[in-house]
Amino acid sequence: MSLEKFINQAISSWMNEDGPDSDIVLSSRIRLARNIQDYKFPTIFSHDEAKMIIVKMEEIINKGEITKFGQLELLKMDELQPLQKRVLMEKHLISPNLAEDSSHGACILTENEEVSIMLNEEDHIRIQCLFPGLQLTEALEAAGEIDDWLEEHVQYAFHEDFGYLTSCPTNVGTGLRASVMMHLPGLVLTQQINSIIPAINQLGLVVRGIYGEGSEALGNIFQISNQMTLGKSEEDITEDIKSVVSQLIAQERSAREALVKTSNIQLEDRVFRSYGILSNSRIIETKEAARCLSDVRLGIDIGYFKNMSRSILNELMILTQPGFLQQYAGGPLRPHERDIRRAALIRERLRMEKEKEE
Amino acid sequence: MICQECNLRPATMHFTKIINGEKTEVHLCEKCANEKGEMFMGSSPTGFSINNLLAGLLNINPSFQQTPQKTFQQENVLQCEHCSMTYQQFAKIGRFGCAHCYETFKEQLTPILRRLHGGNSAHNGKIPKRIGGTIHLRKKRDELKGELKELINNEKFEQAAEVRDEIRSLNKRLNKDQEGGE
Ligand SMILES: [Zn+2]
Ligand SMILES: [Zn+2]
Repeated sequence: MSLEKFINQAISSWMNEDGPDSDIVLSSRIRLARNIQDYKFPTIFSHDEAKMIIVKMEEIINKGEITKFGQLELLKMDELQPLQKRVLMEKHLISPNLAEDSSHGACILTENEEVSIMLNEEDHIRIQCLFPGLQLTEALEAAGEIDDWLEEHVQYAFHEDFGYLTSCPTNVGTGLRASVMMHLPGLVLTQQINSIIPAINQLGLVVRGIYGEGSEALGNIFQISNQMTLGKSEEDITEDIKSVVSQLIAQERSAREALVKTSNIQLEDRVFRSYGILSNSRIIETKEAARCLSDVRLGIDIGYFKNMSRSILNELMILTQPGFLQQYAGGPLRPHERDIRRAALIRERLRMEKEKEE
Repeated sequence: MICQECNLRPATMHFTKIINGEKTEVHLCEKCANEKGEMFMGSSPTGFSINNLLAGLLNINPSFQQTPQKTFQQENVLQCEHCSMTYQQFAKIGRFGCAHCYETFKEQLTPILRRLHGGNSAHNGKIPKRIGGTIHLRKKRDELKGELKELINNEKFEQAAEVRDEIRSLNKRLNKDQEGGE
């Protein structure tokens, strides 16, 4: 298969479409956790209960009432190959928990993959909407519509004081996790990020790297999300995040401006060296690839590169993960083989950009 | 110990995951752990750190931690009638068994929720449409009751009378809804 075709099949709309502030905000996501009344939570429910939930949900989607989001498809985890699950995970459509540990887990996907509904994960139902750019309000609205539609057919577990009941007490109330994925190379290069993260944490929000481990944020990509789900309305929770994100956007923009002003040639050198590595290397590890991709993306945003699409950062961060590399290779790969494949895929993707230019 | 992913390099990263109360140990080399980074970040509730954190938090509850095991009488064990989860089990795995657990463990739960949710222990967001009607009315009525008290305290009797009338009409509607629902 050609890389172009592979990419077209592999990517979801949020990865290559522009949204508001998408020079800095890569995507916005809303997740609503719901459970069905009178069924035990997935922590301890029986196989029969788990199966009944899937049957129930299948019936609901087969009614075909909701057309706004396009065709819906239900995928059962038991029926997927490990690699297929891995790829869904790498696209952030399902969680590792659903892929590996769920009993009768499933997910419902829309055609453009903006909506994914996980079934029998930690909660019976987890509605997720993923939009490009800063579109938390829009994503909340979409998730709300799906929520209302499902509620017409199932009775949710709801408590007057505690709100929507979830299997973990950290999600109770609204069941809402709103998160925004941001590319913040300016704040990292100027080291401002170190003082910003604790300040954001104090507001009850969580900042973490979405790729990489622990406090490390591969590709300078950070995720900002709410920690508390109880006591505030859905709108207030998303507004709080939006206002923090807007401040971050402003700070990132001024950090970039300052960098260009004070060390333009150093920055340009860094960006083009990274471009050199990406377009020439034969073996590349995740970490190095992520660092270089972040540099090149910054170069695109600043204007060092004309005509190169911004989406290469999103796309390649996703496509160079082990699952995708193996899917593209058509079979299992050992880690060092992945590093070779990763380098080849990146080179080819950059070549596609060049051809586009000519 | 050898990394269980690549079977090549020594395992330097050790993870413990807890699912349904069952512990699984995962041993990886740094490289494979990085490759699997996304998996171990996980969605936060299944993430390893938060699980431990939560278990620690739940165990703070003095009535359950400081009481020696043997003083537990069978009938003193707090247990959900519907799913038979005990409070101890909940504290260990940090997950409820069913919706009724919330009511069963309500007393123990409220301070925990406050700690987890920035001092809040009451829902203030969306309400399912089907049951929404009466809850909205009741919440509104309770708010007005508070207002009424304050108005009386401040000797604003004219306004107080208006609020009282509003409460009465809400009560009427609430009673009607209840009859209608039965
Ligand atoms: Zn390994
Ligand atoms: Zn229970």
